[in-house]
Amino acid sequence: MVVREKILDMVVGCFKRHGAKRLDTPAFELKEMLTEKYGEDSGLIYDLKDQGGELLSLRYDLTVPFARYLAMNKVKKMKRYHVGKVWRRESPTIVQGRYREFCQCDFDIAGQFDPMIPDAECLKIMCEILSGLQLGDFIIKVNDRRVLDGMFAVCGVPESKFHAICSSIDKLDKISWKDVRHEMVAKKGLAPEVADRIGDYVQCHGGVSLIEQMFQDPRLSQNKQALDGLGDLKLLFEYLTLFGIAEKISFDLSLARGLDYYTGVIYEAVLLQTPAQAQESFNVGSVAAGGRYDKLVGMFDPKGHKVPCVGLSIGVERIFSIVEQRMKTFGQKIRTTETQVFVATPQKNFLHERLKLIAELWDAGIKAELLYKNNPKLLTQLHYCEDMGIPLVVIIGEQEMKEGIIKLRSVASREEVAIKRENLVAEIQKRLSES
Amino acid sequence: MAERAALEELVRLQGERVRGLKQQKASAEQIEEEVAKLLKLKAQLGPDEGKQKFVLKTPKGTRDYSPRQMAIREKVFDVIISCFKRHGAEVIDTPVFELKETLTGKYGEDSKLIYDLKDQGGELLSLRYDLTVPFARYLAMNKLTNIKRYHIAKVYRRDNPAMTRGRYREFYQCDFDIAGQFDPMIPDAECLKIMCEILSSLQIGDFLVKVNDRRILDGMFAICGVPDSKFRTICSSVDKLDKVSWEEVKNEMVGEKGLTPEVADHIGDYVQQHGGVSLVEQLLQDPKLSQNKQALEGLEDLKLLFEYLTLFGIADKISFDLSLARGLDYYTGVIYEAVLLQTPVQPGEEPLGVGSVAAGGRYDGLALEEKVRTTETQVLVASAQKRLLEERLKLVSELWDAGIKAELLYKKNPKLLNQLQYCEEAGIPLVAIIGEQELKDGVIKLRSVASREEVDVRREDLVEEIKRRTSPALCIC
Repeated sequence: MVVREKILDMVVGCFKRHGAKRLDTPAFELKEMLTEKYGEDSGLIYDLKDQGGELLSLRYDLTVPFARYLAMNKVKKMKRYHVGKVWRRESPTIVQGRYREFCQCDFDIAGQFDPMIPDAECLKIMCEILSGLQLGDFIIKVNDRRVLDGMFAVCGVPESKFHAICSSIDKLDKISWKDVRHEMVAKKGLAPEVADRIGDYVQCHGGVSLIEQMFQDPRLSQNKQALDGLGDLKLLFEYLTLFGIAEKISFDLSLARGLDYYTGVIYEAVLLQTPAQAQESFNVGSVAAGGRYDKLVGMFDPKGHKVPCVGLSIGVERIFSIVEQRMKTFGQKIRTTETQVFVATPQKNFLHERLKLIAELWDAGIKAELLYKNNPKLLTQLHYCEDMGIPLVVIIGEQEMKEGIIKLRSVASREEVAIKRENLVAEIQKRLSES
Repeated sequence: MAERAALEELVRLQGERVRGLKQQKASAEQIEEEVAKLLKLKAQLGPDEGKQKFVLKTPKGTRDYSPRQMAIREKVFDVIISCFKRHGAEVIDTPVFELKETLTGKYGEDSKLIYDLKDQGGELLSLRYDLTVPFARYLAMNKLTNIKRYHIAKVYRRDNPAMTRGRYREFYQCDFDIAGQFDPMIPDAECLKIMCEILSSLQIGDFLVKVNDRRILDGMFAICGVPDSKFRTICSSVDKLDKVSWEEVKNEMVGEKGLTPEVADHIGDYVQQHGGVSLVEQLLQDPKLSQNKQALEGLEDLKLLFEYLTLFGIADKISFDLSLARGLDYYTGVIYEAVLLQTPVQPGEEPLGVGSVAAGGRYDGLALEEKVRTTETQVLVASAQKRLLEERLKLVSELWDAGIKAELLYKKNPKLLNQLQYCEEAGIPLVAIIGEQELKDGVIKLRSVASREEVDVRREDLVEEIKRRTSPALCIC
C-alpha cells in the first residue's frame, strides 16, 4: 500500500500542477448509462442483481461517468482528474497483471477550445508522470481515428468491417504482421490485396517527417478525413516540440486503441524494455493511454449538445507491479508506517512516564509509538524499532528522571546522547528535518 | 452518412424557424404549419432520434462529489490520515465486493440491505456493507494476530432513503482498529487520544466524548431487576436519552416494553448520571453495583482508562455517561461516542450535544466558511498581446518542469482581462504576463492577483521568484 500511495501521490501531484479539479462518482451507474458505450467489451460489465429497484452496473471506466456528469450538470468546460476503482469481468489468466478490480487515474479536459492545445497538455502530463516515476525509457505512440478510418477507406476496406479490422490492427503490438494479416483475411473476410495495402501503412512509424510524408501520399491525401487528422497531428507536434517532449512521441499508424468512443487523436505509452527485461518476458503492455472523444457527452445530453473532450488514463496497477517487482529484485525494504520516534524504557513500572512523554510528542505533531505493555523489555522494544524501520528512540528511566534528561538514540548507529527534557521536542524536530 | 447530416441540418433550421415564429408571436396556423413540417422531418430521421430513453441521474442514494466537495473532503481526510499516521497505523485496502458467503450471517436483520451482484456464471458476490467484516476476513486469511490499521473507503447499503432522511446508499467509513492481545486499556486510551486529536484539528467546535462500558450497563440492568431477555430492548430505550427526556424513556420502558415502574426507577437513578473519574469512584462504592462482578470489571477498567487519559492530557474532554448504549450488539467492553456541543442558551446550563461524529460516517454537515479552492494552481501564464501562444507554451512548460503548478487558457489570443478574471475566480495568486516589449527586454511581468502589484522579473530568475513567493513559510502572494 505504501508503494501504491507514493505512486498515486506523484500522479495526483502532476494533475494538480496542471490545474485540474478533483471529481468523484458512485461505484455503480444506472445500467442504461453504460449500455452501448463500450462496443464489444460490454459483456465484461459487472451487473448488480435485480433486487426490485433500479438496474445497476459497476462502472467500467471513469470516462463514461464523467460524460454523464457533464451532461447531467450541463457543464461546458471542465478540467478534472479522478482516481478511482473500476471493475471488469475479464479473465485474469489470459492477460498478465489484469485484475477485475483495479485503480484508474484519469485526467480529462472537456470543452470547446482552440485546437490541439489541451491535447498537447495531456501528452505533456503523460511524459511528466512517466519520467517522474522513473520507470525507465518509454515512448508514446500517437495516431488519429480519422487517419485510421481514412486509411481503411483508401485501402478498400468496406465500412461495415472498419471496427473488426481496427481490432485486428490493434494486436500488432503483441503479434506479428503475418498473424494479423492472416486474421484479417481468413477470419474477417478481407481481400488479400486490401490487407497488403493496409500493411504498407500500418508498419510505418516516425516523427513529424512521417506526417509530412503522409500528406504527400497519393492515396491518403485524397481522403478528407485523413487529411483532417494529419493536419491536427502536425499542429500537435508543433506544440509538443515547444513543450520539449517531441522526441518521446512516435506517430504510429498501427495504433488503434480498443474503445469505440474515440473520435480524433489517440495515444498510448509503452515502456521500452532493456534486453534483459525482454528475456524475462515481463511485458506489461501499455502503462498509460487516452485520446479525444467528442461525441460521448452528446450521447447523454437530452438535446444531443456536444461537449468535446480529450483525456488520459494512467494504468497504475501495471506501474505498481513493475515497481514492486523492481523492489524485490533490488531487495529494497519498504516501511509500512511513518513512525519517527519510539518511546522506550528499560525500567519496570514506568508506563505512566512513557504515556506522558508520548502525548507530548504527539501534541507536537511528531509520529510516535510505544509498546502496549506495562513492562516491556528494552531489547524487545529495540527489536521492534529495527523491524519497523523506526529511526529514533527516546529512552527514560529512573536515573534520567532524576537528572531531568532523556536519552535520544539513533537506531541505525546506536549512538546515544542525553538531552534535557525541555529541549527534547526541538532536538527531535531538528534531527528529523536534517535526515 | 451525408444524407443524414443534411437531414439533421434541415431539422435544426426548421426548429429555429418555429422558435422564431413563436418569439415573433406569429399566427397560430402559421406556427402549426411549421411545427408539422418539423415533426415530419424528425420522423424521417428515425423514431428514436432525439428522444431520451433514460433519465440522467446517479443511482438512488448515491451522488457525485463536485470539485468543491472534493476539496473539502480532501482537507478533512488529510487531517484524519495524518493523525492515524502519527500514531503508527498502517493502511490497508480491500475489494469493494466480497464473496457472498463471507458476508452472510454477519449483520443480522440488516442482511437484507446488502447489495448483491448478478449471477453471471462465476462466484456469487456482494458489495461490502462495512469495513469491519472485510478486516476480520483479512486477518483470518493472512493469519495475523497483531495489527494497527486504518481503512478509509466507501461501503454500500440498500437503505430506504425515505425512512431515514439524508441516508445515502454509498458512503464513506473511516475505520481505525488495533487488533491483538496487549496490556489493558493502553490501546483504548490511544483510540480516545486519536479521536480528540482529530476533532480538535478539524475545528468544528467544542466536543465531548461520552464513555461507558457494556459490562457496567449489563451489570446495572441485572441489579436493577431487568430480566435477561429484555436487556437489548431496554438498552435501545436508554440509548434515546440523548434525544428525549427521562420521562419519555421511562414511559416507553414501562408502557411499551413491560418493565415494572420500580425497576425503571432504579435504572433512572443510574443512567441520568455522568461525570469524570469521581463518578467511577462513586460507583465503585455503590452498595448494589459493587456486588456485581461484571460491573466491577467494567468500572476498574474505566478507572485505569481515566488514569491514562489524564496522562494524555484529554481527561477534561471525556465524560463517563451511564446512558451511552449505542450499537451494543458486538461491543464487549468500553464504548464511546463523540458529540459536538452547542453553547447553552442560558449561562450556567450544560452544553447540549447536538450531533454525534461517528465512525462510519457522516462527513456531511461540515461547512467550512473559507472560500474553498478546487485547484492548487499557483501561476497563470498570460499574454498581453496577440500571437504569443508559442511563448506561453514554452513558459508554462518551463514552470511545469520546475514543479510549479501552472495553467494557461486554451485560447490562441485571449484577452488580458479574461485571463485576469479567470485567476480571480479560480483563486490563482500569481500571473506571469508575457508581452512583446518585455520579451525584447528579457523580462516577464509577475503580478499578484490580490494586490494587483506588478514587477518585472528577469526570465532566468522567474522560477526562483515564484518559488520564493509561494513557499509555505513566506506565502507573500
